[in-house]
Amino acid sequence: MDKLKKLELMKTATNIRKSVIEEVFNAKSGHPGGSLSCTDMLTVLYFDEMNVDTKNPQWADRDRFVLSKGHCAPALYATLAEKGFFPKEDLVTLRKTDSYLEGHPNMNHVPGVDMSTGSLGQGISAAVGMALAGKIDNKDYRVYSILGDGELEEGQVWEAAMAAAQFKLDNLTAFVDYNGLQIDGPIKEVMCSEPIAAKFEAFGWNVYEICGNDVEEIKDALEKAKTVKGKPTMIIGKTFKGKGVSFMENQVGWHGKAPNQEQRDQAIAELDEYLKGLEA
Amino acid sequence: MGKIATRDAYGQALVQYGKDDNRIVVLDADLAAATKTGVFKKDVPERFFDMGIAEGNMMGVAAGLATTGKIVFASTFAVFASERACEQIRNSICYPKLNVKVCATHAGLTVGEDGASHQALEDLAIMRALPNMVVINPCDGPSANKAVKAIIDYEGPCYSRFGRAAVEDVYTDENFTFEIGKANELVAGKDVTLIGTGMMVQESLKAAEILKTEGINARVLDMHTIKPIDKDAIIKAAIETGAIVTAEEHNIIGGLGGAVAEVVCQNYPCPVKMVAVQDKFGTSGAPAELLEMYGITAAEIVKKAKEAIAAKIK
Repeated sequence: MDKLKKLELMKTATNIRKSVIEEVFNAKSGHPGGSLSCTDMLTVLYFDEMNVDTKNPQWADRDRFVLSKGHCAPALYATLAEKGFFPKEDLVTLRKTDSYLEGHPNMNHVPGVDMSTGSLGQGISAAVGMALAGKIDNKDYRVYSILGDGELEEGQVWEAAMAAAQFKLDNLTAFVDYNGLQIDGPIKEVMCSEPIAAKFEAFGWNVYEICGNDVEEIKDALEKAKTVKGKPTMIIGKTFKGKGVSFMENQVGWHGKAPNQEQRDQAIAELDEYLKGLEA
Repeated sequence: MGKIATRDAYGQALVQYGKDDNRIVVLDADLAAATKTGVFKKDVPERFFDMGIAEGNMMGVAAGLATTGKIVFASTFAVFASERACEQIRNSICYPKLNVKVCATHAGLTVGEDGASHQALEDLAIMRALPNMVVINPCDGPSANKAVKAIIDYEGPCYSRFGRAAVEDVYTDENFTFEIGKANELVAGKDVTLIGTGMMVQESLKAAEILKTEGINARVLDMHTIKPIDKDAIIKAAIETGAIVTAEEHNIIGGLGGAVAEVVCQNYPCPVKMVAVQDKFGTSGAPAELLEMYGITAAEIVKKAKEAIAAKIK
Protein backbone atom coordinates (compact mmCIF):
# COMPACT_ATOMS: atom_id res chain seq x y z
CA MET A 1 0.00 0.00 0.00
CA ASP A 2 1.49 3.34 -0.93
CA LYS A 3 2.05 5.86 1.83
CA LEU A 4 -0.47 8.39 0.56
CA LYS A 5 -3.24 5.80 0.37
CA LYS A 6 -2.44 4.60 3.84
CA LEU A 7 -2.50 8.15 5.20
CA GLU A 8 -5.79 8.83 3.48
CA LEU A 9 -7.38 5.70 4.99
CA MET A 10 -6.06 6.59 8.46
CA LYS A 11 -7.58 10.05 8.14
CA THR A 12 -10.89 8.58 7.04
CA ALA A 13 -10.84 6.17 9.99
CA THR A 14 -10.18 9.06 12.36
CA ASN A 15 -13.10 11.03 10.95
CA ILE A 16 -15.31 7.96 11.38
CA ARG A 17 -14.15 7.66 14.99
CA LYS A 18 -15.10 11.31 15.56
CA SER A 19 -18.57 10.56 14.16
CA VAL A 20 -18.89 7.55 16.48
CA ILE A 21 -18.22 9.75 19.48
CA GLU A 22 -20.73 12.38 18.31
CA GLU A 23 -23.37 9.74 17.63
CA VAL A 24 -23.12 8.04 21.00
CA PHE A 25 -22.77 11.35 22.84
CA ASN A 26 -25.97 12.69 21.25
CA ALA A 27 -27.84 9.43 21.73
CA LYS A 28 -26.73 9.32 25.38
CA SER A 29 -26.37 5.54 24.92
CA GLY A 30 -24.81 3.05 22.53
CA HIS A 31 -21.61 1.09 22.12
CA PRO A 32 -18.46 3.18 21.59
CA GLY A 33 -15.83 0.60 22.66
CA GLY A 34 -16.45 -2.05 20.02
CA SER A 35 -17.32 0.58 17.41
CA LEU A 36 -13.90 2.18 17.78
CA SER A 37 -12.12 -1.19 17.71
CA CYS A 38 -13.63 -2.25 14.35
CA THR A 39 -13.43 1.19 12.66
CA ASP A 40 -10.25 0.42 10.72
CA MET A 41 -11.74 -2.76 9.26
CA LEU A 42 -14.85 -0.87 8.15
CA THR A 43 -12.74 1.93 6.69
CA VAL A 44 -10.65 -0.38 4.52
CA LEU A 45 -13.72 -2.35 3.44
CA TYR A 46 -15.74 0.67 2.31
CA PHE A 47 -12.91 2.91 1.09
CA ASP A 48 -10.43 0.50 -0.46
CA GLU A 49 -12.11 -2.85 -1.03
CA MET A 50 -15.82 -3.14 -1.62
CA ASN A 51 -17.64 -2.48 -4.87
CA VAL A 52 -20.65 -0.44 -3.83
CA ASP A 53 -22.67 2.37 -5.35
CA THR A 54 -23.91 5.05 -2.97
CA LYS A 55 -26.39 6.20 -5.62
CA ASN A 56 -27.79 2.69 -5.96
CA PRO A 57 -27.45 0.89 -2.62
CA GLN A 58 -29.52 -2.07 -3.86
CA TRP A 59 -27.33 -2.66 -6.95
CA ALA A 60 -27.65 -6.43 -7.48
CA ASP A 61 -23.97 -7.05 -8.23
CA ARG A 62 -22.56 -5.04 -5.32
CA ASP A 63 -20.27 -6.51 -2.71
CA ARG A 64 -22.14 -7.07 0.53
CA PHE A 65 -21.34 -6.44 4.16
CA VAL A 66 -22.99 -7.84 7.29
CA LEU A 67 -22.16 -6.35 10.68
CA SER A 68 -22.66 -9.53 12.69
CA LYS A 69 -21.71 -7.63 15.85
CA GLY A 70 -24.69 -5.37 15.20
CA HIS A 71 -24.31 -3.32 18.38
CA CYS A 72 -21.41 -1.54 16.68
CA ALA A 73 -23.96 0.20 14.47
CA PRO A 74 -22.44 3.62 15.31
CA ALA A 75 -19.28 2.63 13.43
CA LEU A 76 -21.23 1.21 10.48
CA TYR A 77 -23.47 4.28 10.23
CA ALA A 78 -20.50 6.63 10.49
CA THR A 79 -18.72 4.69 7.73
CA LEU A 80 -21.76 4.65 5.43
CA ALA A 81 -22.32 8.39 5.98
CA GLU A 82 -18.63 9.13 5.36
CA LYS A 83 -18.91 7.11 2.14
CA GLY A 84 -21.96 9.14 1.06
CA PHE A 85 -24.88 6.76 1.50
CA PHE A 86 -26.72 9.36 3.61
CA PRO A 87 -25.96 12.79 5.13
CA LYS A 88 -23.44 12.91 7.96
CA GLU A 89 -25.68 15.42 9.75
CA ASP A 90 -28.20 12.62 10.35
CA LEU A 91 -25.73 10.70 12.51
CA VAL A 92 -26.62 12.71 15.62
CA THR A 93 -30.19 11.38 15.39
CA LEU A 94 -28.98 7.89 16.32
CA ARG A 95 -31.40 6.00 18.59
CA LYS A 96 -34.10 8.69 18.46
CA THR A 97 -37.72 7.71 17.76
CA ASP A 98 -37.95 9.83 14.61
CA SER A 99 -34.62 8.64 13.20
CA TYR A 100 -33.95 5.88 10.68
CA LEU A 101 -30.75 5.13 12.56
CA GLU A 102 -31.92 2.58 15.09
CA GLY A 103 -29.76 1.22 17.90
CA HIS A 104 -29.00 -1.80 15.77
CA PRO A 105 -28.91 -1.80 11.93
CA ASN A 106 -32.16 -2.13 9.99
CA MET A 107 -31.67 -2.97 6.30
CA ASN A 108 -35.08 -1.58 5.39
CA HIS A 109 -34.42 1.85 6.86
CA VAL A 110 -30.75 2.63 6.37
CA PRO A 111 -29.29 3.06 2.86
CA GLY A 112 -26.25 0.82 2.49
CA VAL A 113 -27.13 -1.64 5.24
CA ASP A 114 -27.32 -5.09 3.63
CA MET A 115 -28.72 -7.03 6.60
CA SER A 116 -30.54 -6.25 9.82
CA THR A 117 -28.49 -7.46 12.75
CA GLY A 118 -28.24 -7.06 16.49
CA SER A 119 -28.81 -10.54 17.84
CA LEU A 120 -25.31 -11.96 18.05
CA GLY A 121 -24.38 -14.99 15.98
CA GLN A 122 -27.04 -14.40 13.35
CA GLY A 123 -25.31 -12.02 10.96
CA ILE A 124 -22.66 -14.49 9.89
CA SER A 125 -25.38 -16.96 8.86
CA ALA A 126 -26.95 -14.30 6.65
CA ALA A 127 -23.53 -13.59 5.15
CA VAL A 128 -23.21 -17.31 4.36
CA GLY A 129 -26.61 -17.12 2.64
CA MET A 130 -25.53 -14.12 0.54
CA ALA A 131 -22.31 -15.87 -0.48
CA LEU A 132 -24.24 -19.03 -1.33
CA ALA A 133 -26.57 -16.97 -3.53
CA GLY A 134 -23.51 -15.62 -5.36
CA LYS A 135 -22.40 -19.18 -6.06
CA ILE A 136 -25.87 -20.28 -7.23
CA ASP A 137 -26.06 -17.35 -9.65
CA ASN A 138 -22.39 -17.48 -10.73
CA LYS A 139 -21.94 -13.87 -9.69
CA ASP A 140 -18.55 -12.55 -8.72
CA TYR A 141 -19.60 -10.22 -5.92
CA ARG A 142 -17.93 -10.81 -2.55
CA VAL A 143 -19.45 -10.91 0.91
CA TYR A 144 -17.82 -9.47 4.04
CA SER A 145 -18.71 -9.64 7.70
CA ILE A 146 -17.35 -8.55 11.08
CA LEU A 147 -17.86 -10.66 14.19
CA GLY A 148 -16.99 -9.85 17.78
CA ASP A 149 -14.72 -12.12 19.79
CA GLY A 150 -17.41 -12.39 22.47
CA GLU A 151 -19.91 -13.20 19.71
CA LEU A 152 -17.93 -16.38 19.00
CA GLU A 153 -19.51 -17.79 22.17
CA GLU A 154 -22.77 -18.14 20.23
CA GLY A 155 -23.14 -21.69 18.90
CA GLN A 156 -24.71 -20.41 15.69
CA VAL A 157 -21.37 -18.90 14.65
CA TRP A 158 -19.94 -22.41 14.44
CA GLU A 159 -22.96 -23.75 12.60
CA ALA A 160 -22.38 -20.98 10.06
CA ALA A 161 -18.65 -21.68 10.00
CA MET A 162 -19.31 -25.33 9.16
CA ALA A 163 -21.73 -24.39 6.40
CA ALA A 164 -19.35 -21.85 4.81
CA ALA A 165 -16.63 -24.50 4.58
CA GLN A 166 -19.07 -27.20 3.42
CA PHE A 167 -20.22 -25.02 0.51
CA LYS A 168 -16.65 -23.85 -0.27
CA LEU A 169 -17.61 -20.18 -0.01
CA ASP A 170 -14.36 -18.57 -1.14
CA ASN A 171 -16.38 -15.43 -1.90
CA LEU A 172 -16.85 -14.90 1.84
CA THR A 173 -14.31 -13.04 3.98
CA ALA A 174 -15.06 -12.35 7.62
CA PHE A 175 -13.22 -10.57 10.41
CA VAL A 176 -13.06 -11.24 14.11
CA ASP A 177 -12.71 -7.95 15.99
CA TYR A 178 -10.44 -9.50 18.60
CA ASN A 179 -10.35 -6.85 21.31
CA GLY A 180 -10.45 -9.39 24.13
CA LEU A 181 -13.30 -7.75 26.04
CA GLN A 182 -17.02 -8.37 26.33
CA ILE A 183 -19.68 -6.67 28.49
CA ASP A 184 -19.07 -8.67 31.64
CA GLY A 185 -15.27 -8.59 31.42
CA PRO A 186 -12.31 -10.05 29.53
CA ILE A 187 -13.32 -12.95 27.25
CA LYS A 188 -10.69 -15.09 28.99
CA GLU A 189 -12.63 -14.70 32.24
CA VAL A 190 -16.21 -14.71 30.98
CA MET A 191 -16.20 -17.52 28.39
CA CYS A 192 -12.98 -18.00 26.54
CA SER A 193 -13.38 -18.31 22.77
CA GLU A 194 -9.63 -18.81 22.28
CA PRO A 195 -7.72 -20.18 20.48
CA ILE A 196 -9.67 -18.45 17.73
CA ALA A 197 -7.40 -19.11 14.76
CA ALA A 198 -7.07 -22.83 15.51
CA LYS A 199 -10.82 -23.15 15.84
CA PHE A 200 -11.57 -21.60 12.44
CA GLU A 201 -8.77 -23.62 10.83
CA ALA A 202 -10.30 -26.76 12.30
CA PHE A 203 -13.65 -25.69 10.83
CA GLY A 204 -12.07 -25.56 7.37
CA TRP A 205 -11.40 -21.84 6.97
CA ASN A 206 -8.37 -20.07 5.60
CA VAL A 207 -7.16 -17.93 8.50
CA TYR A 208 -4.97 -14.82 8.82
CA GLU A 209 -3.94 -13.19 12.08
CA ILE A 210 -3.18 -9.49 11.82
CA CYS A 211 -3.28 -6.22 13.69
CA GLY A 212 -6.89 -5.19 13.20
CA ASN A 213 -6.15 -1.53 13.77
CA ASP A 214 -3.59 -1.34 10.95
CA VAL A 215 -5.18 -0.40 7.63
CA GLU A 216 -2.26 -1.76 5.61
CA GLU A 217 -2.35 -5.20 7.27
CA ILE A 218 -6.13 -5.28 6.81
CA LYS A 219 -5.85 -4.51 3.10
CA ASP A 220 -3.05 -7.05 2.58
CA ALA A 221 -5.13 -9.78 4.23
CA LEU A 222 -8.16 -8.90 2.09
CA GLU A 223 -6.03 -9.09 -1.07
CA LYS A 224 -4.61 -12.48 -0.10
CA ALA A 225 -8.09 -13.78 0.74
CA LYS A 226 -9.20 -13.14 -2.84
CA THR A 227 -6.57 -15.56 -4.16
CA VAL A 228 -7.72 -18.46 -1.95
CA LYS A 229 -9.98 -20.91 -3.74
CA GLY A 230 -12.47 -23.34 -2.21
CA LYS A 231 -12.42 -21.94 1.32
CA PRO A 232 -13.86 -18.97 3.19
CA THR A 233 -11.34 -16.68 4.90
CA MET A 234 -11.36 -15.48 8.49
CA ILE A 235 -9.18 -12.49 9.29
CA ILE A 236 -8.57 -12.35 13.01
CA GLY A 237 -7.70 -8.74 13.75
CA LYS A 238 -6.18 -8.07 17.15
CA THR A 239 -7.63 -4.74 18.15
CA PHE A 240 -7.98 -2.35 21.05
CA LYS A 241 -11.48 -1.74 22.30
CA GLY A 242 -12.04 2.02 22.34
CA LYS A 243 -9.12 2.56 19.93
CA GLY A 244 -8.20 6.22 19.38
CA VAL A 245 -9.61 7.66 22.59
CA SER A 246 -7.11 7.36 25.44
CA PHE A 247 -9.52 6.92 28.32
CA MET A 248 -11.67 4.38 26.44
CA GLU A 249 -8.83 2.20 25.18
CA ASN A 250 -8.89 -1.35 26.48
CA GLN A 251 -11.52 -0.42 29.09
CA VAL A 252 -14.37 -2.89 29.43
CA GLY A 253 -16.53 -0.15 31.02
CA TRP A 254 -16.79 1.61 27.65
CA HIS A 255 -18.52 -1.32 25.95
CA GLY A 256 -21.94 0.26 26.17
CA LYS A 257 -21.70 3.68 27.77
CA ALA A 258 -22.02 7.19 26.34
CA PRO A 259 -19.47 9.90 27.12
CA ASN A 260 -20.62 13.01 29.00
CA GLN A 261 -19.91 16.51 27.63
CA GLU A 262 -16.44 16.70 29.13
CA GLN A 263 -15.50 13.21 27.95
CA ARG A 264 -16.90 13.94 24.50
CA ASP A 265 -14.81 17.14 24.28
CA GLN A 266 -11.66 15.31 25.33
CA ALA A 267 -12.28 12.45 22.86
CA ILE A 268 -12.87 14.84 19.96
CA ALA A 269 -9.79 16.89 20.95
CA GLU A 270 -7.62 13.76 20.98
CA LEU A 271 -8.92 12.61 17.60
CA ASP A 272 -8.46 16.11 16.13
CA GLU A 273 -4.92 16.14 17.45
CA TYR A 274 -4.25 12.77 15.80
CA LEU A 275 -5.76 14.02 12.56
CA LYS A 276 -3.50 17.08 12.65
CA GLY A 277 -0.50 14.79 13.06
CA LEU A 278 -1.58 12.75 10.02
CA GLU A 279 -2.01 15.89 7.95
CA ALA A 280 1.44 17.16 8.93
CA MET B 1 -61.55 -39.35 -2.69
CA GLY B 2 -57.77 -39.06 -2.46
CA LYS B 3 -55.73 -39.49 0.66
CA ILE B 4 -52.28 -37.95 1.01
CA ALA B 5 -50.25 -36.32 3.78
CA THR B 6 -49.91 -32.55 3.43
CA ARG B 7 -46.11 -32.97 3.64
CA ASP B 8 -46.25 -35.13 0.50
CA ALA B 9 -48.31 -32.48 -1.26
CA TYR B 10 -45.72 -29.91 -0.14
CA GLY B 11 -42.80 -31.83 -1.67
CA GLN B 12 -44.65 -32.32 -4.93
CA ALA B 13 -45.70 -28.68 -5.07
CA LEU B 14 -42.10 -27.55 -4.58
CA VAL B 15 -41.15 -29.42 -7.75
CA GLN B 16 -44.27 -28.35 -9.62
CA TYR B 17 -43.76 -24.63 -8.97
CA GLY B 18 -40.04 -24.50 -8.27
CA LYS B 19 -38.47 -26.62 -10.99
CA ASP B 20 -38.44 -23.87 -13.60
CA ASP B 21 -38.42 -20.90 -11.24
CA ASN B 22 -34.79 -19.98 -10.60
CA ARG B 23 -35.78 -17.71 -7.73
CA ILE B 24 -36.72 -20.70 -5.60
CA VAL B 25 -34.10 -22.23 -3.30
CA VAL B 26 -34.89 -25.02 -0.82
CA LEU B 27 -33.05 -25.67 2.45
CA ASP B 28 -33.48 -28.53 4.86
CA ALA B 29 -31.87 -29.55 8.15
CA ASP B 30 -31.09 -33.22 7.55
CA LEU B 31 -34.73 -34.25 7.30
CA ALA B 32 -35.29 -34.04 3.55
CA ALA B 33 -36.70 -37.56 3.34
CA ALA B 34 -39.26 -36.84 6.05
CA THR B 35 -40.20 -33.25 5.19
CA LYS B 36 -40.41 -34.29 1.51
CA THR B 37 -38.07 -31.55 0.31
CA GLY B 38 -36.10 -34.58 -0.85
CA VAL B 39 -38.44 -34.71 -3.82
CA PHE B 40 -37.18 -31.26 -4.88
CA LYS B 41 -33.58 -32.26 -4.08
CA LYS B 42 -33.85 -35.17 -6.50
CA ASP B 43 -35.24 -33.06 -9.35
CA VAL B 44 -33.47 -29.75 -8.75
CA PRO B 45 -30.21 -30.56 -6.89
CA GLU B 46 -28.57 -27.25 -7.89
CA ARG B 47 -31.06 -25.27 -5.85
CA PHE B 48 -31.32 -27.58 -2.86
CA PHE B 49 -28.95 -27.27 0.12
CA ASP B 50 -28.82 -29.52 3.14
CA MET B 51 -27.83 -27.31 6.06
CA GLY B 52 -27.25 -30.24 8.40
CA ILE B 53 -28.64 -30.47 11.90
CA ALA B 54 -28.32 -26.74 12.51
CA GLU B 55 -31.74 -25.11 12.34
CA GLY B 56 -30.71 -21.70 13.67
CA ASN B 57 -28.08 -21.30 10.98
CA MET B 58 -30.53 -22.57 8.36
CA MET B 59 -32.91 -19.70 9.11
CA GLY B 60 -30.06 -17.17 8.93
CA VAL B 61 -28.77 -18.58 5.65
CA ALA B 62 -32.33 -18.49 4.31
CA ALA B 63 -32.49 -14.80 5.27
CA GLY B 64 -29.19 -14.06 3.53
CA LEU B 65 -30.32 -15.83 0.37
CA ALA B 66 -33.58 -13.88 0.45
CA THR B 67 -31.75 -10.53 0.56
CA THR B 68 -30.50 -11.31 -2.95
CA GLY B 69 -34.00 -11.87 -4.34
CA LYS B 70 -34.36 -15.61 -3.78
CA ILE B 71 -37.63 -17.13 -2.59
CA VAL B 72 -36.33 -19.45 0.09
CA PHE B 73 -38.09 -22.49 1.52
CA ALA B 74 -36.61 -23.69 4.81
CA SER B 75 -37.93 -26.97 6.15
CA THR B 76 -37.59 -29.11 9.22
CA PHE B 77 -39.98 -30.51 11.84
CA ALA B 78 -42.34 -27.93 13.35
CA VAL B 79 -40.82 -28.20 16.83
CA PHE B 80 -37.35 -27.34 15.57
CA ALA B 81 -38.49 -24.69 13.10
CA SER B 82 -40.83 -22.72 15.31
CA GLU B 83 -39.25 -23.29 18.69
CA ARG B 84 -35.55 -24.07 18.41
CA ALA B 85 -35.03 -21.50 15.66
CA CYS B 86 -37.70 -19.07 16.86
CA GLU B 87 -35.39 -16.18 17.60
CA GLN B 88 -33.58 -16.54 14.29
CA ILE B 89 -36.96 -16.44 12.55
CA ARG B 90 -37.89 -13.37 14.56
CA ASN B 91 -34.73 -11.31 14.15
CA SER B 92 -33.29 -12.49 10.83
CA ILE B 93 -36.51 -13.13 8.88
CA CYS B 94 -39.56 -11.35 10.32
CA TYR B 95 -37.92 -8.13 11.48
CA PRO B 96 -36.30 -7.40 8.07
CA LYS B 97 -39.44 -8.87 6.38
CA LEU B 98 -37.46 -11.21 4.17
CA ASN B 99 -39.00 -13.56 1.65
CA VAL B 100 -38.47 -16.81 3.54
CA LYS B 101 -41.06 -19.56 3.70
CA VAL B 102 -40.59 -21.63 6.82
CA CYS B 103 -42.36 -24.85 5.88
CA ALA B 104 -42.59 -27.06 8.91
CA THR B 105 -43.77 -30.65 8.84
CA HIS B 106 -44.61 -33.20 11.54
CA ALA B 107 -46.81 -30.80 13.46
CA GLY B 108 -49.28 -31.96 16.10
CA LEU B 109 -50.09 -35.24 17.79
CA THR B 110 -50.31 -37.16 14.51
CA VAL B 111 -46.51 -37.33 14.48
CA GLY B 112 -47.42 -40.39 16.53
CA GLU B 113 -44.85 -42.80 17.90
CA ASP B 114 -41.90 -40.37 18.09
CA GLY B 115 -43.71 -38.79 21.03
CA ALA B 116 -43.81 -35.47 22.81
CA SER B 117 -40.35 -34.17 21.91
CA HIS B 118 -41.32 -34.21 18.23
CA GLN B 119 -44.97 -33.17 18.45
CA ALA B 120 -45.26 -29.40 17.99
CA LEU B 121 -48.38 -28.20 19.80
CA GLU B 122 -47.30 -24.60 20.29
CA ASP B 123 -46.01 -23.58 16.85
CA LEU B 124 -49.10 -21.73 15.62
CA ALA B 125 -49.21 -19.61 18.79
CA ILE B 126 -45.52 -18.81 18.68
CA MET B 127 -45.35 -17.99 14.96
CA ARG B 128 -48.59 -16.00 15.14
CA ALA B 129 -47.07 -13.71 17.75
CA LEU B 130 -44.32 -12.54 15.40
CA PRO B 131 -44.95 -9.28 13.52
CA ASN B 132 -44.76 -9.59 9.69
CA MET B 133 -45.39 -13.34 9.83
CA VAL B 134 -48.13 -15.05 7.82
CA VAL B 135 -49.23 -18.40 9.30
CA ILE B 136 -50.86 -21.07 7.17
CA ASN B 137 -52.18 -24.53 8.09
CA PRO B 138 -53.76 -26.35 5.14
CA CYS B 139 -56.10 -29.29 5.77
CA ASP B 140 -55.43 -31.59 2.83
CA GLY B 141 -53.22 -32.36 -0.16
CA PRO B 142 -54.98 -30.15 -2.73
CA SER B 143 -55.06 -27.12 -0.42
CA ALA B 144 -51.44 -27.71 0.63
CA ASN B 145 -50.53 -27.55 -3.06
CA LYS B 146 -52.39 -24.27 -3.53
CA ALA B 147 -50.91 -22.94 -0.29
CA VAL B 148 -47.40 -23.43 -1.71
CA LYS B 149 -48.38 -21.50 -4.84
CA ALA B 150 -49.97 -18.75 -2.73
CA ILE B 151 -46.92 -18.28 -0.52
CA ILE B 152 -44.63 -18.14 -3.57
CA ASP B 153 -46.80 -15.33 -4.93
CA TYR B 154 -46.87 -13.54 -1.55
CA GLU B 155 -43.75 -11.52 -0.82
CA GLY B 156 -42.70 -11.80 2.81
CA PRO B 157 -42.18 -14.25 5.66
CA CYS B 158 -44.56 -17.21 5.98
CA TYR B 159 -44.84 -20.12 8.35
CA SER B 160 -46.67 -23.11 6.90
CA ARG B 161 -47.61 -26.18 8.87
CA PHE B 162 -47.80 -29.60 7.27
CA GLY B 163 -48.68 -32.96 8.78
CA ARG B 164 -47.08 -36.38 8.75
CA ALA B 165 -50.23 -38.50 8.51
CA ALA B 166 -52.23 -39.07 5.34
CA VAL B 167 -55.53 -37.17 5.40
CA GLU B 168 -58.67 -37.43 3.29
CA ASP B 169 -59.06 -34.77 0.61
CA VAL B 170 -61.54 -32.08 1.56
CA TYR B 171 -61.26 -30.30 -1.78
CA THR B 172 -62.24 -32.66 -4.56
CA ASP B 173 -63.01 -30.07 -7.21
CA GLU B 174 -59.71 -28.61 -8.33
CA ASN B 175 -61.27 -25.24 -9.09
CA PHE B 176 -61.53 -24.26 -5.43
CA THR B 177 -59.86 -21.04 -4.35
CA PHE B 178 -57.10 -20.69 -1.81
CA GLU B 179 -56.55 -17.09 -0.84
CA ILE B 180 -54.25 -16.19 2.06
CA GLY B 181 -56.35 -14.72 4.86
CA LYS B 182 -59.68 -15.86 3.42
CA ALA B 183 -61.51 -18.76 5.08
CA ASN B 184 -63.39 -21.21 2.89
CA GLU B 185 -66.98 -21.99 3.83
CA LEU B 186 -67.40 -25.71 3.25
CA VAL B 187 -70.88 -26.19 4.69
CA ALA B 188 -73.58 -23.56 5.09
CA GLY B 189 -75.37 -23.42 8.42
CA LYS B 190 -77.11 -21.09 10.84
CA ASP B 191 -77.13 -22.76 14.28
CA VAL B 192 -73.42 -22.86 15.08
CA THR B 193 -70.13 -22.37 13.23
CA LEU B 194 -67.41 -24.99 13.38
CA ILE B 195 -64.04 -23.44 12.53
CA GLY B 196 -61.35 -25.99 11.83
CA THR B 197 -57.73 -25.72 10.79
CA GLY B 198 -55.43 -28.39 9.40
CA MET B 199 -56.67 -31.94 9.76
CA MET B 200 -59.41 -30.72 12.15
CA VAL B 201 -61.30 -29.44 9.12
CA GLN B 202 -62.09 -33.07 8.27
CA GLU B 203 -63.24 -33.68 11.86
CA SER B 204 -65.38 -30.54 11.74
CA LEU B 205 -67.08 -31.84 8.60
CA LYS B 206 -67.77 -35.17 10.31
CA ALA B 207 -69.13 -33.31 13.33
CA ALA B 208 -71.43 -31.27 11.10
CA GLU B 209 -72.82 -34.52 9.66
CA ILE B 210 -73.52 -35.86 13.14
CA LEU B 211 -75.14 -32.59 14.23
CA LYS B 212 -77.31 -32.61 11.12
CA THR B 213 -78.84 -35.95 12.16
CA GLU B 214 -79.85 -34.23 15.39
CA GLY B 215 -81.43 -31.32 13.54
CA ILE B 216 -78.58 -28.86 14.11
CA ASN B 217 -77.34 -26.99 11.06
CA ALA B 218 -73.65 -26.28 11.53
CA ARG B 219 -71.63 -23.97 9.31
CA VAL B 220 -68.10 -25.27 8.64
CA LEU B 221 -65.17 -22.99 7.87
CA ASP B 222 -61.71 -24.08 6.76
CA MET B 223 -59.51 -21.52 8.51
CA HIS B 224 -56.36 -22.39 6.59
CA THR B 225 -54.79 -19.02 7.41
CA ILE B 226 -54.24 -18.44 11.11
CA LYS B 227 -52.65 -15.05 10.43
CA PRO B 228 -53.92 -12.77 9.07
CA ILE B 229 -57.10 -14.38 10.39
CA ASP B 230 -60.27 -13.88 8.36
CA LYS B 231 -62.02 -11.41 10.68
CA ASP B 232 -64.95 -10.90 8.34
CA ALA B 233 -65.80 -14.59 8.23
CA ILE B 234 -65.55 -14.86 12.03
CA ILE B 235 -67.68 -11.79 12.72
CA LYS B 236 -70.22 -12.98 10.16
CA ALA B 237 -70.32 -16.35 11.92
CA ALA B 238 -70.81 -14.67 15.30
CA ILE B 239 -73.64 -12.52 13.98
CA GLU B 240 -75.38 -15.16 11.90
CA THR B 241 -74.94 -18.29 14.02
CA GLY B 242 -74.30 -16.85 17.50
CA ALA B 243 -72.05 -19.73 18.58
CA ILE B 244 -68.60 -20.89 17.52
CA VAL B 245 -66.46 -23.97 18.05
CA THR B 246 -62.80 -23.97 17.06
CA ALA B 247 -60.89 -27.19 16.41
CA GLU B 248 -57.15 -27.55 16.08
CA GLU B 249 -54.40 -30.12 16.57
CA HIS B 250 -52.57 -27.68 18.84
CA ASN B 251 -52.43 -26.45 22.39
CA ILE B 252 -55.49 -24.54 23.61
CA ILE B 253 -53.32 -21.48 24.28
CA GLY B 254 -52.73 -18.98 21.49
CA GLY B 255 -53.57 -20.99 18.38
CA LEU B 256 -56.72 -20.96 16.26
CA GLY B 257 -58.99 -20.79 19.32
CA GLY B 258 -57.10 -17.81 20.69
CA ALA B 259 -57.08 -16.05 17.33
CA VAL B 260 -60.82 -16.53 16.84
CA ALA B 261 -61.61 -15.47 20.43
CA GLU B 262 -59.59 -12.27 19.96
CA VAL B 263 -61.77 -11.33 17.00
CA VAL B 264 -65.07 -12.37 18.59
CA CYS B 265 -64.60 -10.67 21.96
CA GLN B 266 -63.50 -7.41 20.38
CA ASN B 267 -66.15 -7.27 17.68
CA TYR B 268 -69.27 -9.31 18.36
CA PRO B 269 -69.16 -11.35 21.57
CA CYS B 270 -70.72 -14.81 21.42
CA PRO B 271 -69.88 -18.18 23.02
CA VAL B 272 -66.65 -19.70 21.67
CA LYS B 273 -65.75 -23.26 22.67
CA MET B 274 -62.38 -24.74 21.82
CA VAL B 275 -61.37 -28.24 20.86
CA ALA B 276 -57.62 -28.41 21.41
CA VAL B 277 -54.94 -30.04 23.54
CA GLN B 278 -55.45 -28.96 27.17
CA ASP B 279 -52.04 -27.36 27.81
CA LYS B 280 -50.21 -30.69 27.86
CA PHE B 281 -47.36 -32.38 26.03
CA GLY B 282 -48.13 -35.23 23.71
CA THR B 283 -46.91 -38.79 24.11
CA SER B 284 -46.01 -41.82 21.99
CA GLY B 285 -48.73 -43.80 20.31
CA ALA B 286 -50.63 -44.39 17.13
CA PRO B 287 -52.00 -41.10 15.75
CA ALA B 288 -55.65 -42.13 15.93
CA GLU B 289 -55.24 -43.32 19.52
CA LEU B 290 -53.57 -40.05 20.50
CA LEU B 291 -56.32 -37.92 18.98
CA GLU B 292 -58.86 -39.96 20.93
CA MET B 293 -56.83 -39.74 24.14
CA TYR B 294 -56.46 -35.96 23.88
CA GLY B 295 -60.03 -35.33 22.77
CA ILE B 296 -59.16 -33.97 19.33
CA THR B 297 -62.12 -35.64 17.59
CA ALA B 298 -65.39 -35.04 15.78
CA ALA B 299 -67.25 -36.34 18.85
CA GLU B 300 -65.64 -33.65 20.99
CA ILE B 301 -66.56 -30.99 18.42
CA VAL B 302 -70.18 -32.19 18.55
CA LYS B 303 -70.17 -31.95 22.35
CA LYS B 304 -68.69 -28.44 22.30
CA ALA B 305 -71.14 -27.35 19.60
CA LYS B 306 -74.06 -28.27 21.83
CA GLU B 307 -72.46 -26.44 24.76
CA ALA B 308 -71.91 -23.37 22.62
CA ILE B 309 -75.50 -23.40 21.39
CA ALA B 310 -76.79 -23.78 24.97
CA ALA B 311 -74.66 -20.81 26.03
CA LYS B 312 -75.90 -18.51 23.27
CA ILE B 313 -76.57 -14.94 24.34
CA LYS B 314 -80.33 -14.58 24.35
